[in-house]
Amino acid sequence: MTLFKLAFKNLLGAGIRTWLNVVVLSFSFVVIIWMQGLLEGMNIQSSTAVIEAEYAGGQYWHENYDPYDPLTLQDAHGFLPDKLKSMIEKKEATSILIIQGTAYPQGRMMTLLIKGISPDQKIISLPSHFLNKETDDIPAVIGTRMSENTGLRIGDSVTLRWRDANGTFDARDATIVQVMRTMVQSIDQGQIWVPLEKLRELSNMEGEATLLIVDKDTKNPPQVSGWEFKSLDFLLKDIKQLVKTKTSGSSIFYIILLLLAMLAIFDTQVLSIFRRRKEIGTLMAMGFTRAKVIWLFTIEGAMHAVLAALVAALYGIPFLAWFAKTGFALPESADSFGFALGEKIFPAYSAGLVIGTTVLVLVITTIVSFLPTRKIAKLKPTDALRGKSS
Amino acid sequence: MENSALIKTQDLMKIYPMGWKKLVALDHVNLEFKKGEFAGLVGPSGSGKTTFLNIVGSLDGPSEGDAEVMGKKVSTLSHKQAAALRKKHIGFIFQTFNLLPVYSVYENVEISLLLLGMTHEERKQKVMQALEWVKLADRAKSKPAQLSGGQCQRVAVARAVVKEPALILADEPTANLDAENSYNILETMVDLNEELKTTFLFATHDEKVIRYLRRKITLFDGKVAKDEQTTPHRKGENS
Repeated sequence: MTLFKLAFKNLLGAGIRTWLNVVVLSFSFVVIIWMQGLLEGMNIQSSTAVIEAEYAGGQYWHENYDPYDPLTLQDAHGFLPDKLKSMIEKKEATSILIIQGTAYPQGRMMTLLIKGISPDQKIISLPSHFLNKETDDIPAVIGTRMSENTGLRIGDSVTLRWRDANGTFDARDATIVQVMRTMVQSIDQGQIWVPLEKLRELSNMEGEATLLIVDKDTKNPPQVSGWEFKSLDFLLKDIKQLVKTKTSGSSIFYIILLLLAMLAIFDTQVLSIFRRRKEIGTLMAMGFTRAKVIWLFTIEGAMHAVLAALVAALYGIPFLAWFAKTGFALPESADSFGFALGEKIFPAYSAGLVIGTTVLVLVITTIVSFLPTRKIAKLKPTDALRGKSS
Repeated sequence: MENSALIKTQDLMKIYPMGWKKLVALDHVNLEFKKGEFAGLVGPSGSGKTTFLNIVGSLDGPSEGDAEVMGKKVSTLSHKQAAALRKKHIGFIFQTFNLLPVYSVYENVEISLLLLGMTHEERKQKVMQALEWVKLADRAKSKPAQLSGGQCQRVAVARAVVKEPALILADEPTANLDAENSYNILETMVDLNEELKTTFLFATHDEKVIRYLRRKITLFDGKVAKDEQTTPHRKGENS
């Protein structure tokens, strides 16, 4: 029988008090893992979605291109160097030309980005093959959000106006050949996709591009003068930052939850030491040093976390597994979160998350359990035996 | 050790501050106890019996003078050294039994041995032997709540003797027991004293305990009023 066994017996001996603490603490375990899993799932899901639909293996940007400054677009295009051209020929990359334009849907005027993409590309999941459709004017693909904003549907025609490479205004009608459903807002909101060669021709930018998307399997992309390679780490930085911000926000919730659980344990420890002074005195009379008694009580408190982990596993594993399978349905308004989320989030629970949460709760519980036991260090054995506090 | 003093006090004093006044619980007490004694401190409440046991048991320190227990001066012992002395050489029996409610009888007795670094097998053998001595081997798995007062005190005796200490300090061990149980406990203690040569030192004002003592020290207002050898009368003998 070790100190651990004694502590375990004491803990179970406390009956309902122990189980109440354990249930509250186990609830904290499950909620923390669930919420962190949701955020991790959100991170993975949105990263995967933008990689599939927009970034693939990374992008080469024209040196003047800055996606956050529309004014740079006028100069953000150039001829593709041979290295990049050969990648396109080998179907290892696809180029995108972006120009600023204006659309006149339903008699309204709205500025937008006109993006040219090769209809035959297979680098990203954007359904560009629809742009092969024969139309009298320019075939165009828009996203559901854009469709919602402009009222444009498949078969509708819209006038587009833009300035060509020489600064001359030009305009032409485009026919919507497909409204794509995508999680990724950044290929949908405020933009219209047209065939690359058509856009090059209309804008007088033959052979030019704004950016180039490389295949997911591309290793060690070459250095190209005038073009900067942007890795996935760089491109996903915003998503990671957003997840980080949301993680900090949600952590307030589980800090409160943990605080409540810790308060209960602290209270139990204080009460336990107060009520069990005679027991403490008896242990000291039998030869336990104060340090050993402090250890015993600290282990006893810390074991709440061990029991809570077991209880949390009992109901948490089925719950979390079910949730990971069915996902968390998002409301319509979630589309404005700035994430590529889709209709459901599927939580992702990593071993690191589960082990990290368990260790965190165990460490905090141990500290909280230890704090009240310092009182024992001041307790005189004779007072303790009489049930008095020193 | 056989003939030398197991306990020796020299001008032992214990003074408790009581607001502006001082309460003298022990006043220049000079006593010696040898191995194998079956002695008792008697006297009215507040005469200093428990205080004396606490100091000898190294649970408390003297205000003046000193107590030497097993050759160690209590006043110079650190907390750790005092705990080590109690762990190896001193067993306690309390008026209210002080059994740990969540442990079984077996575990309550075993707890004394946990600190001595014995193997599981050694502990098991000693615990069962101690329970045999107090005739409670068949209740090893019971919880204290399932035992009578007399049985609880027998468990407390087993807990005190299991490590075969040189000294057992018993503070009013029969105060919560009826006559029958008191005699049973005292008979057990006398048997253990004779069998193991364990020194028993009681603090009591129970006549039943006093009948069993071979030495009776009367304390009054913290002073030794009388120190006399007595003839013990065991159960069934006429006084």
